[in-house]
Amino acid sequence: MESKKDTSLLVEKKFFTFAEPPNEMILDSGAKLGPITLAYETLGELNEDKSNAVLVLHACSGDSHVAGFYSEEDKRPGWWESMVGPGKPVDTNRYFVICSNILGSCMGSTGPSSTNPKTGRPFGFDFPMVTIKDMVQAQKHLIDHLGIKKIMSMLGGSVGGMQVLRWCVDYPEMVRSAIPIATTTRHSAQAIAFNEVARQAIMSDPNWRGGNYYDGKGPDHGLAVARMIGHVTYLSDDSMRSKFGRRLQNRSTLSFDFNGDFEVESYLRYQGTKFVARFDANSLLYITKASDYFDLERGDGTQLVNDKLADIRFLVISFTSDWLYPTYQSRAIVSALKKNGSDVSFCEIDAKWGHDAFLMPNKQRDKLISGFLDRISHEN
Amino acid sequence: MKTENELLDNTRFDLQIIASWIKPNSRILDLGCGNGDLLDYLRRQKHVHGTGIELSEDKVATCIGRGLTVLQGDFRDEVHDYPDLSFDYIILSQTLQQVMDPEKLIPELLRVGKRVIVSFPNFGHWLIRLQILFTGHAPVTDQLPYEWYNTPNIRVITISDFKRFLRKTGVRLAREIAINTHHHDREGHIIKYFNNLRATYGIMMLEHPG
Repeated sequence: MESKKDTSLLVEKKFFTFAEPPNEMILDSGAKLGPITLAYETLGELNEDKSNAVLVLHACSGDSHVAGFYSEEDKRPGWWESMVGPGKPVDTNRYFVICSNILGSCMGSTGPSSTNPKTGRPFGFDFPMVTIKDMVQAQKHLIDHLGIKKIMSMLGGSVGGMQVLRWCVDYPEMVRSAIPIATTTRHSAQAIAFNEVARQAIMSDPNWRGGNYYDGKGPDHGLAVARMIGHVTYLSDDSMRSKFGRRLQNRSTLSFDFNGDFEVESYLRYQGTKFVARFDANSLLYITKASDYFDLERGDGTQLVNDKLADIRFLVISFTSDWLYPTYQSRAIVSALKKNGSDVSFCEIDAKWGHDAFLMPNKQRDKLISGFLDRISHEN
Repeated sequence: MKTENELLDNTRFDLQIIASWIKPNSRILDLGCGNGDLLDYLRRQKHVHGTGIELSEDKVATCIGRGLTVLQGDFRDEVHDYPDLSFDYIILSQTLQQVMDPEKLIPELLRVGKRVIVSFPNFGHWLIRLQILFTGHAPVTDQLPYEWYNTPNIRVITISDFKRFLRKTGVRLAREIAINTHHHDREGHIIKYFNNLRATYGIMMLEHPG
């Protein structure tokens, strides 16, 4: 008989709606958007003085389901269950964990697949361009709604790490500590290039139809190809060699056709198909564009050099085989923060899993984050 | 509760001396901080705000895991980012002899910190002198246990030479102690006379002139 799940791990997807007209949220682009709904989940208990909140920021295609289960029968835990839970580095016995789905996504928060109140139909490409700054501004509304004045710590990898940095720049007074992982102050040309290929894959699918496909078949093939490209950038030469090598999929000889011979082809096709079932193509377009636009170094030097950030404690983490956000980009973050006199720690973890390493169980990563959070919680 | 002395019992003797020179609540930068023993001690006993720089990933993870602030990297590159006088003390223990360019490093450290505390193995120790004199071989001692072909210690420093270097570069020597260590450098005593001949390590606190 299956053992009963820890009831503290049962989570519920909740929704918070704000920016009702005429008080719409003003976006980075100047456009107005409202009402806005954010899907979010929480684990653990908020303590009396509301000082134990940990905000987890998810990456590009993630969602609010960071850890736990929706029901006792639910078999699939959240996307970062190696990091968040009772006794895990982000210990839900001690901390109140919040994770919300980003603005522009399709996992419960307002995005291009949501209904446009003006037309009663999905926004499609009428959805305004949203940026990382807008995503963070929306999250701030949620944190205000929860009555939390200061977040004990916020952490996230990849595009989640961008949100961490954006929080620190835009609302430094609300951040006690921050853990940007496998991230950057701005995309390299290489990162933009891969995103653009992914977008073109979607937009050149005849079923995309200018983004207004919600009444019919969507750009499934384009979206699957976009995801395949994404997956390649999340892995590494090393991890692909050990995961697949040149092994053939369910066959012993070459097929001499194009149905796919290699395991790696089969894996990417599977990932592509799986993604189509859960994600909206327009959301991927908007979110990849938002991550390309993100730039903390635009204008007069980096926005991370700012006295207001001096009181935030930072732990910056990168991974040796991550070629999407290589270590030099994390070092640039560290270098800027040192100029503020910020308390900043940095570790480059030796891992062969490429950019995906931040999601994989890793003892070194766990030691860093649990030790850092423990210290921050005692500095209350 | 451990006493101050017990906490440092397992710490190198030169670090015990250095710790005794640090004023409470000061800002510290420990270059090559290892597993963070000194930083941890200073944090508990002197309530310092400490940062360490360390090359080894494992040691960095150990440090951060025990709640210390540590950056992974080569301190020769990492120090340049800090604004002037970011620290009250910069500690460079038993590393100077491995630095390619001490003539550039020391002034840079004195830009970032008000005071720099250095400790280094004294190449003027009598045992080293005798080894060269009688065996004709490059010396190998407890403090300098390497052969010429694998040693990281590329700079040969004696206490006298270092003091001459300070005079030449106009750096003020605020404090100095010479020590003789034994038992894996965990125990030792302070040398009062003929330091350059009898001490295995020199420890000095450097300041801006004036």
